[in-house]
Amino acid sequence: MSSAKNININLKIWRQKNAKSKGSMETYKLDNVSTASSFLEMLDQLNEQLINEKKEPIAFDHDCREGICGMCSLYINGRAHGPDTGITTCQLHMRMFKDGDTIFVEPWRSKAFPVIKDLVVDRSAFDRIQQAGGFVSVNTSGNTIDANATPVPKHDADKAFEAAACIGCGACVATCKNGSAMLFVGAKVSQYALLPQGKVEATQRVLNMVRQMDEEGFGNCTNTGACEIECPKGISLENIARMNREFLKASLK
Amino acid sequence: MAKSALLKSSIVKKYWMALTGLFLCLFLAGHLAGNLQLIFGDALQFNQYAVFMTSNPAVKLLSYLTYFSILFHAFDGFMLTYQNVKARPIGYAKTNPGANSSFSSRNMAVLGTLILVFIVTHMVNFWAVMHFDKNMPLMKQTVEVQGQKQELFVGRKVGEFYQVDQIQLEGEAPNPMMPKQITIKNGTDVYNIQANVKIGELYKDLHKITFAFFQDAKTGLIATILYVLAMAVLAFHLLHGFQSAFQSLGVNNKFTPAIKTFGKLFAIIVPLLFAVIPVYIHFFK
Amino acid sequence: MKLDSKIPEGSISEKWTNHKNHLKLVAPNNRPKIDVIVVGTGLAGASAAASLGEMGYNVKAFCFQDSPRRAHSIAAQGGINAAKNYQNDGDSTYRLFYDTIKGGDYRAREANVHRLAEVSANIIDQCVAQGVPFARDYGGMLDNRSFGGTQVQRTFYAAGQTGQQLLLGAYSALSRQIGLGRVQMYNRHEMLDLVKVDGKARGIIARNLITGEIERHSAHAVIIATGGYGNVYFLSTNAMGSNVTAGWKIHKQGALFANPCYVQIHPTCIPVHGTNQSKLTLMSESLRNSGRIWVPKKKEDAEAIRAGKLKPTQIAEEDRDYYLERRYPAFGNLVPRDVASRAAKERCDAGFGIEANDTNEGVYLDFSTEIQTKGRQAAYAKGNHNPTAEEITALGKQWLEEKYGNLFTMYQKITDENPYETPMKIYPAVHYTMGGVWVDYNLQSTIPGCFVAGEANFSDHGANRLGASALMQGLADGYFVLPYTVSNYLADEIRTGKISTDSAEFVEAENRVKDSINKFLNNNGTKSVDHFHKKLGLIMWNKVGMGRNAQGLSEAIEEIAQLKEEFYKDVFVPGSADELNPELEKALRVADFIELGQLMAMDALQRKESCGGHFREEYQDAEGETLRDDENFKFVGAWEYKGDDISKEELHKEELKYEFIKIAARNYK
Repeated sequence: MSSAKNININLKIWRQKNAKSKGSMETYKLDNVSTASSFLEMLDQLNEQLINEKKEPIAFDHDCREGICGMCSLYINGRAHGPDTGITTCQLHMRMFKDGDTIFVEPWRSKAFPVIKDLVVDRSAFDRIQQAGGFVSVNTSGNTIDANATPVPKHDADKAFEAAACIGCGACVATCKNGSAMLFVGAKVSQYALLPQGKVEATQRVLNMVRQMDEEGFGNCTNTGACEIECPKGISLENIARMNREFLKASLK
Repeated sequence: MAKSALLKSSIVKKYWMALTGLFLCLFLAGHLAGNLQLIFGDALQFNQYAVFMTSNPAVKLLSYLTYFSILFHAFDGFMLTYQNVKARPIGYAKTNPGANSSFSSRNMAVLGTLILVFIVTHMVNFWAVMHFDKNMPLMKQTVEVQGQKQELFVGRKVGEFYQVDQIQLEGEAPNPMMPKQITIKNGTDVYNIQANVKIGELYKDLHKITFAFFQDAKTGLIATILYVLAMAVLAFHLLHGFQSAFQSLGVNNKFTPAIKTFGKLFAIIVPLLFAVIPVYIHFFK
Repeated sequence: MKLDSKIPEGSISEKWTNHKNHLKLVAPNNRPKIDVIVVGTGLAGASAAASLGEMGYNVKAFCFQDSPRRAHSIAAQGGINAAKNYQNDGDSTYRLFYDTIKGGDYRAREANVHRLAEVSANIIDQCVAQGVPFARDYGGMLDNRSFGGTQVQRTFYAAGQTGQQLLLGAYSALSRQIGLGRVQMYNRHEMLDLVKVDGKARGIIARNLITGEIERHSAHAVIIATGGYGNVYFLSTNAMGSNVTAGWKIHKQGALFANPCYVQIHPTCIPVHGTNQSKLTLMSESLRNSGRIWVPKKKEDAEAIRAGKLKPTQIAEEDRDYYLERRYPAFGNLVPRDVASRAAKERCDAGFGIEANDTNEGVYLDFSTEIQTKGRQAAYAKGNHNPTAEEITALGKQWLEEKYGNLFTMYQKITDENPYETPMKIYPAVHYTMGGVWVDYNLQSTIPGCFVAGEANFSDHGANRLGASALMQGLADGYFVLPYTVSNYLADEIRTGKISTDSAEFVEAENRVKDSINKFLNNNGTKSVDHFHKKLGLIMWNKVGMGRNAQGLSEAIEEIAQLKEEFYKDVFVPGSADELNPELEKALRVADFIELGQLMAMDALQRKESCGGHFREEYQDAEGETLRDDENFKFVGAWEYKGDDISKEELHKEELKYEFIKIAARNYK
């Protein structure tokens, strides 16, 4: 883009050899970063520099680099996915920073997301929550009823989609001062609670998913709303409220 | 629901937090209505209210519920906070919490602890004095009878008075020449000494205690300031707590904006009115 | 080697049904005795693993990402095709079949494509039953939209995130099986070799990416569903981790690799911005429903725009060249992807490109007409029959936001330009690979017991894939084909018993993997893996890209062979083998990309015709359209590995027979 320019920046990045070792913040200097670059391209550039100096590059999670796979997960300058809203780390661009800035880069911090190396964390806790109940128990057959046989009110379908748009990146946990996973779980519970297909198992689903969530060591929700603000997909707090309702309903059954 | 889930599940903890919190909001409103009589009512009215609050069986039940709510709210809050701290063993080197959440919402535990400290001192200062202090004054009134000033204890029935000098007070050496007929037992009960029969009841003068507390030459100003500060803390706690309780209970719908607005007004107006009272007593009485 | 596609006899619409009815079955009580490995957890892999787990097999699933939910199917935006005819516009299984064959420029197998069209409707039913929240209309019915290369509305969608929703559906089914213990999931594991015992696929060697441990996993059948190889170009719309390693390793073990030169260049991606760019971002094809593609008519206008002296909004209507509408009036902006991409390249090569990057490569995708049309309709629907210009514009933008809001936001975040106000800049980018491992009608490769599904195989899209068909194929393979055909193969394995991982074959395969890892780590070269990957990408884009010719391809073959030598001599891989080492992962992948790149150039060179995504500049008509040579090239080109020197690979031909569709020139005019 024509408006791009080059800036020089300082970086303070968490380095940790592996899960068992202790880590620390290290300082790096990087020059000639194009403001049209994405944040991860800036890290690529830093890694290229480190490799050329025969040093070990910084490990960080990333894959699709278009904000949908949910793999990238950096805590930048005190905010999950950095100083912009509605985006993942890979969609953060260097035009958000100024020449001479010092940028802090840290991994997600949560007991349930232990650090594997440098900025890479283990988010399999989310998978296990999903395995506890995040599904409709329907086998593959090709003989389910016709897709249009059960009309779904547009409002419900849209709400379900908004909840299902969660990319499972864990920014909600990372940003929550309590390390709570309620937005993630609330979104999944909501998607199914809103659709007729999900209603059959609603009771067991919410109980099982919440139980698994608690077992994983996530904190409790205190409704600060930080997760909603930092969520790259703008998942609403409404989903947590809905989960609270579903849980109450299920508990009283 | 499994019994253990009542306390174990993170969501159930939130229900309790919300329910006890909302109940305490109701309590606050009631308490405020009573306290406002310190400004808008006279001493009798206030002391009558105090008796009502300590003797009415329904009110008593409510007050036990309130004690329970306060304790449980605090205990539950402690459990939540403990787990929340455990959920992030290694913190961030740099944080920017102001970017995504309000001061109140992030500091509920601290605010709550301060409020708990306040409640304890508040109860020591007033509730304990009212209930246990042997020296708790009784409500008196001075009247002029035939040009002479006379002190009267105010009885609870309409028109019931007892001349102070006719009562055998505790610790007072009995006058063998002229033994007094009546005495006071159990703090407020008026007894006929000979018959040992209760003949009436007096008021504890909470009104006087309260005024004295805030008007004390040495400590009155500090007490007033601390009280006002405590109400500020309460305001911040309520600012997040009120609407948060609804979210915890699963209410997030088209009424939410209204709930939030009401919550904000409640959080500001209730503590403000509470705070006005000592200020009024200290500076304007 | 004689290629047997095992296409069943009978009329086209009966083939699959008859075939299914005669496939062998494994009784439920025997299934737990049988192990199946599934590599990759995208649409094809996750759906296959879930379905096989439900059936009762012991399934082991592998993905290199930290969770199966992150496979790159998740990035598909636009939609999934199905012949439901919910919109009553004359759709049918036959139409979908026909459109797909035609869209593929008559280089796909009729039988496979028909099967795909047949099961397409089942996919939608299955997904809805799983709770996939497709877009719906106000009556609660499923909504559809149009996609390139068709004249019906058969595309089901969930905003611009259809791939995500479908993948999460498959992931939920997979998660259920993992939770039930029927599927063992291996996250952050990468398959690095196939183990063959007595000629049959019997397991894989995988690296635990966290600990670096090299693990042996045995099974009675191995399913490869590892996606496409677009990253051979370095810059593509693929995820950074997308790679060809699994496919290439089985190729080296004897699986033929078919039509490697068929690559889809997607017309609507955000143009390249600089040398540090790591990937290209797709703007969904669905935008072509509403956007009009143009470049300036006058070269001096294009130059002025590139110099920043003119804004696109300042170019008068009559000075704009809506070249797709001009060249293809019947389909206009909705021509198939290969056609749209080539047309953009043609304009940019002629000097009308508008992007101020090194190559001036960029054209406009303009929504101003749609804003006016939809704005007026919206005003009318609201009862405002005389709306002002401002009202129309506001309502039009609102309509756009509802329909494409997330895409527009994404574009703005990346480019810092507001597409509601100024046209989007787009340019083609590598997106999908139609080529892949050769499979028969049962999706089995030339290695018995090794099945290949989804983008990793070559089977259904011929020389060009139509939009919204990749999701369809992935799920068709995983849900509705493999469960039958894999069972058919496994029916003969019920007596085999557990397969030992201590055999000489496993030891040998493990040593192969360890050797190659050690070679890289001890190489002590001077250049990063990315350095070589970028070099490979440039050769591929310039010489094996949208326009290819004999000279360029011959040069590419030489250059890549040379690059391979340099790579092994001079690559530097830091770190060690027993830890998380992303550079090592990349090195192992790029090694395979380099070899595949050479094969792609060879395949493109032998195919002396233009078809679909494969455009040989020597073979075009007077108007620049593709010239197929059905007499000589109506075949699938399947390559056989012949050792380290890729130029020695041997070409096998599978003749394509068109019995039910009359083969014709593709015409979108």
